[in-house]
Amino acid sequence: MTLKTNALIYFLAFSSGFSIMGIELLGGRILAPFFGSSVHIWGSIITVFMLSLSFGYLLGGKLSIRQPSLTKYGLIFLVASIMVLPIALFAQPIMAYIFSHIEDSRYGSLLASTALFFVPTIILGMISPYSVRLLVTDSEHSGQVAGGLYFVSTLGSALGTIITSFYMVLAFDVNTIILGFATTLGLLGLLAIGVNQLANKEKHNV
Amino acid sequence: MFKYLLVTLLLIGFSSQAKVIHQERSLYRNILVEETGDLRCLKFDEKARKSSQSCIYKSNPQKLVFNYTKLTFASLLLIDNPKNVLIIGLGGGTLSNVISELYPDAMIENVEIDPAVIKVARDYFAFKENDKVTSKVQDGRIFIKRAAIQQAKYDWIILDAFNGDYIPEHLLTKEFFAEVKSVLADGGVVAANTFSSSKLYEHESATYEAVFGDFINVSTEKNSNRIILAGFNKFPSPVQLAQRIEKLTPLLAPYRVDIKAVSEGMISTKDNKDWPSDTKVLTDQYSPANLLNF
Repeated sequence: MTLKTNALIYFLAFSSGFSIMGIELLGGRILAPFFGSSVHIWGSIITVFMLSLSFGYLLGGKLSIRQPSLTKYGLIFLVASIMVLPIALFAQPIMAYIFSHIEDSRYGSLLASTALFFVPTIILGMISPYSVRLLVTDSEHSGQVAGGLYFVSTLGSALGTIITSFYMVLAFDVNTIILGFATTLGLLGLLAIGVNQLANKEKHNV
Repeated sequence: MFKYLLVTLLLIGFSSQAKVIHQERSLYRNILVEETGDLRCLKFDEKARKSSQSCIYKSNPQKLVFNYTKLTFASLLLIDNPKNVLIIGLGGGTLSNVISELYPDAMIENVEIDPAVIKVARDYFAFKENDKVTSKVQDGRIFIKRAAIQQAKYDWIILDAFNGDYIPEHLLTKEFFAEVKSVLADGGVVAANTFSSSKLYEHESATYEAVFGDFINVSTEKNSNRIILAGFNKFPSPVQLAQRIEKLTPLLAPYRVDIKAVSEGMISTKDNKDWPSDTKVLTDQYSPANLLNF
């Protein structure tokens, strides 16, 4: 990995942190029309996000064992991008169905959060461990690399939270913001794949 | 924000005598019951002590304290004898008590998100419940959605869930008002206690108009709350209005509601749209109400 691709990986990790918290924050807005704005709504959302991130970390780590590459890394972003789309496209019918079948808004909101956010957040959670694998070159610096990566992705999360809640909700519809996240993730995935292909070509030419 | 000017002035005058008689932290807020001389008030949050949610005179609990509560009764100029009343946001239960006294046969359903508020209303504000008057702990939006599924109808729906400092944003959207409209009986009326200042005024007006068409603003004091009356079939004729005022005047006198004065504060938006026509309507997709409210 060159210095440039390393910078790209950090930037992608930052963007995934940004998107995760941006989407989580909008979750409250998405669920409110069906499940209200009581405290337990946030309980449901945060539970689902934490749970799926934890599974994502496991899976991402596992996936990084065999022939890790920037192309596979980019594919994770592409899949995440596609999995985020249903939040904007199908949230209404999904929530309406759950609302009419479950009376208790605690379990209703938990199930709705699971249906909407579980899969995309698992995919997004895979990015952090996979980034570590791509960046680490020796065990001596592995802790430092992991620390730098957590720094970048958590900073992304912080900014994703504040920018979404302070400014984006004033300027855009919820679905527009979600689709914006999906598009960004998809383009970044393509960028990673493209960069990897170019790098491989250069290697062959040398 | 400038909700309760009168009471604020009163409180400044007697602030040294204000005494907290009950205080508790609920899931949603700090609840305070404060007494100042004859006045007992329900307040949310210590810092914003000026914004009382509900007040009563201990010596005469019938006498209404707040102007906005009085303005709500302008609804009765548009409907006769409400039979099914829905109140979203209980406060001290004052509205429920008065409506129940006026119309003992009416079914009154109170919906309040915070169970602690219901308890305090019972214990300190004489909120009365019986087989006709009930209260339910639920988010107003969920209650109305379920009521719509059960095809319930109400002829008087009172929206009073805003507390001045914080607006539940999902209760101020086009989709919510459409749900409210779907449980409004033909010939019924929606009365909403809302804001008269801030940027939100325009968005709120545009959103009500998008769902209900022309509505009525009721306001008698400058910079005070406004009550929005919406969803009614048509504005009563002058004769009809005069008849209703005559009938209601003695009924509402014990509560210190001067219904004639209230009726003079009613302005239809039909010829008086005081917001720009390109104002953005608030929706479930776009509802930054709290960010617009300053």
